[in-house]
Amino acid sequence: MQKIKRNHKHPLPMNVDALKEKILAFVPQAEVIEGKQYPEVTVPAGKLRALAKELKESDETYFDYLFNLTAVDWPDQSLGVVYHLTSSKHHHYLVLKVKAANRETPVIDTVSDIWRTAEFHEREAYDLMGIQFKNHPDMRRIFLEENWVGHPLRKDYNDEINIVER
Amino acid sequence: MIEKDTLLEEQEYVINMGPQHPSTHGVLRLVLSLQGEIVKNIQPHCGYIHRGIEKMSEKLTYPQIIHLTDRLDYLSAHINNGAVCLLVENALEAEVPERVKYIRTIIDELTRIASHQLWWCSFGMDLGGLTCFFYGLRDREDILDIFEETTGGRLIQSYYTPGGLMNDIHPNFQKRVKQFITKFRKILPEYDQLLTGNVIMQQRTKGVGKLSLEEAVSYGVTGPSGRGSGFSCDVRKHAPYHLYDKVEFKEALATEGDTFARYKVRIDEMWESMKIIEQLIDNIPEGNYSTKMKPIIKLPEGEYYQRVEASRGEFGIYVVSDGNKNPYRIKLRSPNFSNLSALNTMAKGQKIADLVAIGGSLDYVIPDIDR
Repeated sequence: MQKIKRNHKHPLPMNVDALKEKILAFVPQAEVIEGKQYPEVTVPAGKLRALAKELKESDETYFDYLFNLTAVDWPDQSLGVVYHLTSSKHHHYLVLKVKAANRETPVIDTVSDIWRTAEFHEREAYDLMGIQFKNHPDMRRIFLEENWVGHPLRKDYNDEINIVER
Repeated sequence: MIEKDTLLEEQEYVINMGPQHPSTHGVLRLVLSLQGEIVKNIQPHCGYIHRGIEKMSEKLTYPQIIHLTDRLDYLSAHINNGAVCLLVENALEAEVPERVKYIRTIIDELTRIASHQLWWCSFGMDLGGLTCFFYGLRDREDILDIFEETTGGRLIQSYYTPGGLMNDIHPNFQKRVKQFITKFRKILPEYDQLLTGNVIMQQRTKGVGKLSLEEAVSYGVTGPSGRGSGFSCDVRKHAPYHLYDKVEFKEALATEGDTFARYKVRIDEMWESMKIIEQLIDNIPEGNYSTKMKPIIKLPEGEYYQRVEASRGEFGIYVVSDGNKNPYRIKLRSPNFSNLSALNTMAKGQKIADLVAIGGSLDYVIPDIDR
């Protein structure tokens, strides 16, 4: 049986400035803001995978626990994905945000091989918001039927029978 | 040429387990690829009770959303309610009275015990021990009676409101909780005698459904299921809310990562929950049971996230607010959804009967998966 050793002498969690410096050195186009609750980083969709991999694998950041992944139909008509990250070692937080290029065929790279939990969460985001995740192993709807038309969580979704406006 | 005897050749075939199967504890359909009795692959099919709570909530006010969170993981109803209340209170920077924090912590822990009791019932029954079912339900009744007296409901109560509680605790509350703790401290060792030490139970759970620490973190398996793999994920410790930073308790952890480890963590958690309640029950301060909030609650523009530790793992609410009385977008991060995603990894290569044991140890509640 494999024994798990728990390392209690880990370095102190990075503060926001150090985190910002590290991310900007890796992706210069990234926007880092301190945020009310967690530090937030907006990255171009093309750089997402590389940054995600680095954030997970680097010892300083070690964001190995993706505790939430969700898609948002932002007020400016763009579709985006929000990743909430924390570390099982340092217990610090980071919110990653990406936006898809367009509404018609929104495509974003999958992170399901970096954080396995994303596999289900990305399927949910596809089902309800219609974002395609590139290289996802099983890109199907998860809750709704295969022949469902449209993606209900989009703001422009219209269903005259089931949604009654009051 | 010799013809192959196709009858005796190994073949994979596919069967459906569920949506109506007693061990899935609800309407979950698992499509199993089998080779004989060995499970080769599992594909969970969710959505049989998808109610679109996130979509509905976009048209509801925050106090109304509380009533829907009951219907997710109905066995941690109070804890889910607490998440919405905390989110609203933190966003508005509203201070709740000490009395409310005490009561909320006690009720959250009672919920956790009640939930673990029901898990113990059904886990025993999944493995063929029907007696457990009656013992567990008998003891859970005491907690439900306490809830009924104070909140008026037994399963889904919606007792928490933003800023406090619906009404004050019943005058009997403290007395009855103390009676329950005294009684349950004697009863819980009986659970061990009845099931934990049972040879058949141990053989069916030890070494079955292994999940390593790395896998648990990667799949986001939280709660007792994650802690059974050594993943220190207790939100009560890492991001304390209510009074969890003031009370003393241990985070129950095990390192084996098998079904038995997950079982033991839950039993340990019941002891810890009782410890927390005992520290608080005699010291509930006098005061108001609620602060006055505005009749229409509007969150300032921005994004909010609230994590709480539900009985099955980390429950999270993510709200994007545009400044209106209803959220622009709400996402409910349910623990069971992430826990379910690890099922394939755990049960691959095991027997169908082991899958039932593993499912029992994950303790899934289907409305929480489907939302």
